[in-house]
Amino acid sequence: MNFGDLVRRRHAGGRLVVQPRMGMSDPETMRAGLLATRKAEASTVGTITVDSYTRQDDLAAIAEALRDGKPLNGYPIASHPAQTTRALLDGLWDEQFPVQVRHGSARPQRIIRALTKAGLHATEGGPVSYCLPYGRTPLADSVRNWREACELLADADEERPHLESFGGCMLGQLCPPSLLVAISVLEAMFFQQNGIDDVSVSYAQQTDPGQDLEAVTALRRLCGELLSGTWHVVVYTYMGAFPRTEEGALSLLGASAELAVRGGAQRLIVKTVAEAVRIPTVAENVAALEHADTVARRAGAAEPPEHERDGGQVYREARVLVEAVLDQCADLGDALLRAFARGQLDVPFCLHPDNAGRTRGRIGPDSRLGWAATGAMPLKGLVNTSAGTALTASGFLASLSHVQHTHDTSALATGPRSIEANSGVRR
Amino acid sequence: MNVVVEEDRRPAPDARPVIVSSTVSDAHTWNLVYLQLLIEELGYQVVNLGPCVPEEELIAACARIRPAFVVLSSVNGHGGQDGLRLIRRLRAVGELRDLPIVIGGKLGIGGADPRIVAELAAAGFDAVFDDNSDGPVLLRRFARGLDSGGRRELR
Ligand code: B12
Repeated sequence: MNFGDLVRRRHAGGRLVVQPRMGMSDPETMRAGLLATRKAEASTVGTITVDSYTRQDDLAAIAEALRDGKPLNGYPIASHPAQTTRALLDGLWDEQFPVQVRHGSARPQRIIRALTKAGLHATEGGPVSYCLPYGRTPLADSVRNWREACELLADADEERPHLESFGGCMLGQLCPPSLLVAISVLEAMFFQQNGIDDVSVSYAQQTDPGQDLEAVTALRRLCGELLSGTWHVVVYTYMGAFPRTEEGALSLLGASAELAVRGGAQRLIVKTVAEAVRIPTVAENVAALEHADTVARRAGAAEPPEHERDGGQVYREARVLVEAVLDQCADLGDALLRAFARGQLDVPFCLHPDNAGRTRGRIGPDSRLGWAATGAMPLKGLVNTSAGTALTASGFLASLSHVQHTHDTSALATGPRSIEANSGVRR
Repeated sequence: MNVVVEEDRRPAPDARPVIVSSTVSDAHTWNLVYLQLLIEELGYQVVNLGPCVPEEELIAACARIRPAFVVLSSVNGHGGQDGLRLIRRLRAVGELRDLPIVIGGKLGIGGADPRIVAELAAAGFDAVFDDNSDGPVLLRRFARGLDSGGRRELR
């Protein structure tokens, strides 16, 4: 059974699939991490997160680090022989416990070859979302590379491949939901156009629970309208500056599990209490998975208010953005390139040379994430751009810390709690 | 974080620019934007080289721009390795031997690590700021120390 089929089947059986972001350089530790994920008291699938030298295609740096015994921030899947990766997966990876490779590379061919050689078939990426946030590879090169990556993945025999778009995250924070939703759907369409039939679309939790619910609904609605093949929705626990207290971190994680359940997502990728500080341990990952599962099982799929049922404002903006890209030309890769070149898609605070950089996101007094500037994006008349104040270091840091502070402070106000009692603190 | 440690004394407007840069493997940019704003508010012009900067590109930029100082930032956990490789190459270029250059962020993958800090300082960084909340204040102090003519060694 392929990755997507399993996720959908578990969800149909009433369980949200939870998944870690986990990657260690040492194969033994990586295996221990996957084993612990499998054994966790939750409905889990496994992850191998790749280190950032491999993402940059810098295999010399890995050779040096492995020789000097320096730890990497992920598993160097293209440097360890396929035999090693197969061995670490041996006996723990099967139909009931698929493993996905997550990386963040705009030059992914080597990684795709390595994972298919090891017998895996599920990964993550996107021509835009694995390019703009991840360095300086030109967008045109990334589009070309990702076309090739889709082909490589589609050609590997083993199992029907699965590809997830990282578009719902981009730089992790201060990007209004409609643009995240639009990019994720467009990338999923790009995958399907390039021969990958089973896909997932993503959305990363942002600043306001109500708006987030609207966004996940908008995402599902757009997918229903535009995707063929099979697909599911994955929610990411907050991808920006994370709470620093354990209570704050669990509160935010719990809120993301509620979002996933209420929004009808099938899968959630969690963050741990160590997020703000360092790479988490295996035990911290397991604790995060189990906490998310506990909250998810308790969260009822309450009937959401009207505007959240049809995707509301997020849907209206995202629809316009998606159409602007589809109107460019039939090939989605080319269409995305043109849209970025014209600034019709423009990610706030993104330094990449192929991003116009004329938009700005801001957190409103109601905590919703909106636009301070829309640049050349076709959103005029649809959104109110309240003139933003001049950007200062302290103001910028305050925006980046909004979510962190909200959850650290609410945790303080209610006092330290047990994990049990803490879930559901935030609505 | 907002503690003002010294009076706000701005350098002359014709002062040389400051280079802000990531390391070769690090893609994070929020840190770079933040540091740029912080240093601009000290009165400097900033050249922000962005994420994943190849070593030769950074070294060439230093030789070309002759910055007042260089601020390197890495949070992805490879800062120790990347910083070490870079500073060795950079200090081997005669004209850059005395260029003030600092590094900070989350330098290892296991939280603040005094061994990484010591190694980087010994290899030729003028200051190393591990992940703690007063880093930006210390950086400001470092810049002002340079500005008043004295090279301050922090750590
Ligand atoms: C946003 C984010 C991302 C975004 C980045 C998008 C972009 N283009 O910027 C995305 C999702 C793409 C991403 C990707 C990755 N990330 Co990331 N990311 C974060 C996150 C959640 C927030 C960072 C942030 O925005 N901070 C706001 C800025 C303003 O603050 P800051 O960066 O913390 O810097 C502060 C201080 O460190 C200091 N400082 C920084 N530099 C310097 C320099 C000097 C001189 C001084 C004085 C001070 C200083 O000043 C700042 C203000 O106090 C952090 C975790 C967290 N903090 O919550 C992880 C985190 C930094 N990421 C991490 C990792 C490992 C990665 C990946 C490698 C993926 C992976 N294996 O998990 C990839 C990077 C690939 C690559 N090639 O580098 C780890 C690093 C682990 C470590 N060092 O131990 C972290 C800590 C998460 C974790 N706990 O695992 N990430």
